[in-house]
Amino acid sequence: MDEIQSLFHGFGIALTVPNLGYMLIGITLGVLIGVLPGLGGANGVAILLPLTFSMNPTSAIIMLSCIYWGALFGGAITSILFNIPGEPWSVATTFDGHPMAQQGKAAQALTAAFTSSFVGAMFAVLLITFLAPVVAGFALKFGPAEFFAVQLLTFCSFVGMSKEPPAKTIAAMMLGFALAAVGLDSVTGQLRMTFGVPVLLKGFDFLIAVIGLFGIGEILLTMEEGLAFKGKSAKINFKVVWQTWGEMLKHWQLFLRSVAVGCWMGITPGGATPASFMSYGMARRMSKDPDSFGKGRIEGVIAPETAAHAAGTSALLPMLTLGIPGSPTAAVLLGGLLIWGLQPGPMLFIEQKDFVWGLIASMYVGNVVGLIVVLTTVPWWAAILRIPFSIIAPVIIVICAIGAYTVHSSMFDVSLMLVFGVLGYLFKKLKYPMAPLVLALVLGDMAESSFRQSMLLSQGSLSIFWSNGLVGSIAGLAIAMLLWPLVGKVKGLLRGRASAVV
Amino acid sequence: MSNPEDDESVGTRWPELLVALLLLAAALLVITDSLRVGIGWSDDGPRSGYFPFYIGIGLAGASAWIALQQLLNWQRNPEFAEKGQLKLVWAIFWPMVLYVGLVATTGIYVASVVLIGFFMRQHGKHAWIATVGVAIGVPLACYLTFERWFLVPLPKGPLEALLGL
Repeated sequence: MDEIQSLFHGFGIALTVPNLGYMLIGITLGVLIGVLPGLGGANGVAILLPLTFSMNPTSAIIMLSCIYWGALFGGAITSILFNIPGEPWSVATTFDGHPMAQQGKAAQALTAAFTSSFVGAMFAVLLITFLAPVVAGFALKFGPAEFFAVQLLTFCSFVGMSKEPPAKTIAAMMLGFALAAVGLDSVTGQLRMTFGVPVLLKGFDFLIAVIGLFGIGEILLTMEEGLAFKGKSAKINFKVVWQTWGEMLKHWQLFLRSVAVGCWMGITPGGATPASFMSYGMARRMSKDPDSFGKGRIEGVIAPETAAHAAGTSALLPMLTLGIPGSPTAAVLLGGLLIWGLQPGPMLFIEQKDFVWGLIASMYVGNVVGLIVVLTTVPWWAAILRIPFSIIAPVIIVICAIGAYTVHSSMFDVSLMLVFGVLGYLFKKLKYPMAPLVLALVLGDMAESSFRQSMLLSQGSLSIFWSNGLVGSIAGLAIAMLLWPLVGKVKGLLRGRASAVV
Repeated sequence: MSNPEDDESVGTRWPELLVALLLLAAALLVITDSLRVGIGWSDDGPRSGYFPFYIGIGLAGASAWIALQQLLNWQRNPEFAEKGQLKLVWAIFWPMVLYVGLVATTGIYVASVVLIGFFMRQHGKHAWIATVGVAIGVPLACYLTFERWFLVPLPKGPLEALLGL
């Protein structure tokens, strides 16, 4: 068992005093970020990324990934107590979580949410521990055509799986690719789409886009709701936790099902948000009493939280093994790897063993620390939410501006952040998905270079994408994903016609 | 969802069309510039415009489709936002723009004090003492965290130069 040995080696790295300290800082910051409107996992990590440039990469990724876990935990607090999803993936948690809080069962709901998150994450980390080395070993055999096919699959899955209209998903994605292409072409050294403007030479940094789209955009969106927050307060004591755990044990099947949904959606880049909805929907459909959902059932909290956290965690699997992030936050972490001088992908498992296994071990420890932190500190976070938005809003704008500036020490980036903020607001209002935009912006150069390399190998013939079984099946799956919405439409038409006849 | 004829709300009709046309314009920019740098092959492989050209085509296709859908279903006009909501959004947007302009001239610290102070007085009606405390405390905390602890420089202006920071 090579993995077990590597994992114990990883624990040796993760369990040192400085790294435990970074973990605690990361979790605390993460919960704070998850609780505050306008700051989420993706842009929170993006803002703090510049602070880690001088840190040792292993400590840096441990801190940043812990911010991610913290944000996943924190989203549940606002959903349950305030009916405001702090993160998109906790929208489904509001359906039953907030009614529970209104019935005076806030502590049970919170305990259920945190514990479910924890269980979801743990299963996902187990999956990463044993599956990641296998996938990485497999990916070592990949050539440029295979890599491009996997990237194609990533992007086609967005079209196939997103709730948004396919045309809007494609438009958002293509905009991301177009923005990624701006600047110096790394292959030929030619300038593209700079139109003689010097600041465009270095292209658009996706960190700026993330801070603008998710940070400023979210502030504008939150402003719509006015400046007042109304919510329930909560105290958690050990007795409630114990009782809730006892009750949750009865739902072990629900846990397993939600974990499966979450892991699947996390590895294929469906992401945490669709995973939480899908899992909630499944729990309701398979329940004996579906009508009681939405009125405060504990299953309605367990299902989405387990799936969201499992998806959020397993999104790191493709990022580590293939260099393809499964979620916007994973994309930001990937950007971090590149900045620290590490090349994500299968070679990471061979060349940077300390880094990879330190990170994986820290996921176990980080989630345990996270569970303890959130269970013990809930009243404080609820108190933070009572700070009026008229204070929080300008402070978050300041933090976003600092985050945007520190990426390249450039004022232009701060203005760019505003532009992305407006775009984010419009996209959100008009139901354009933002994850494909961000991922295309991150992966644009990589996708382009693997595409061009494949084209070089095949002398410009697209047939290279079905030249062998492996690449052919990945590319075929990608095309199937792309056409999936059409299938749904045809089905709908047929059904519509059938019911019209009846 | 709500009554589109209602004077109190704004429909998605125009925003939808506008964003689609904006994306279409961006697509045309991408396509023309790709044509400029060359979309074919040279001696050493695909030219710089080879990949972006198809991206541009894809973006043009998707945005044209969205615009067309909106034009064909011009009656479909669900609520974009209420007018009161848009006013609130505007109330935070213009100070934000001004703030970014101010950061460029006075540095981030002075600008942040002004932004937080203005917003707290104007929208929160907080007491002066609280306003001054937060408005100065937050930038100060940022200074200590970023410049002292992590040694990341932030934009500074004439006031900081005067203080010799």
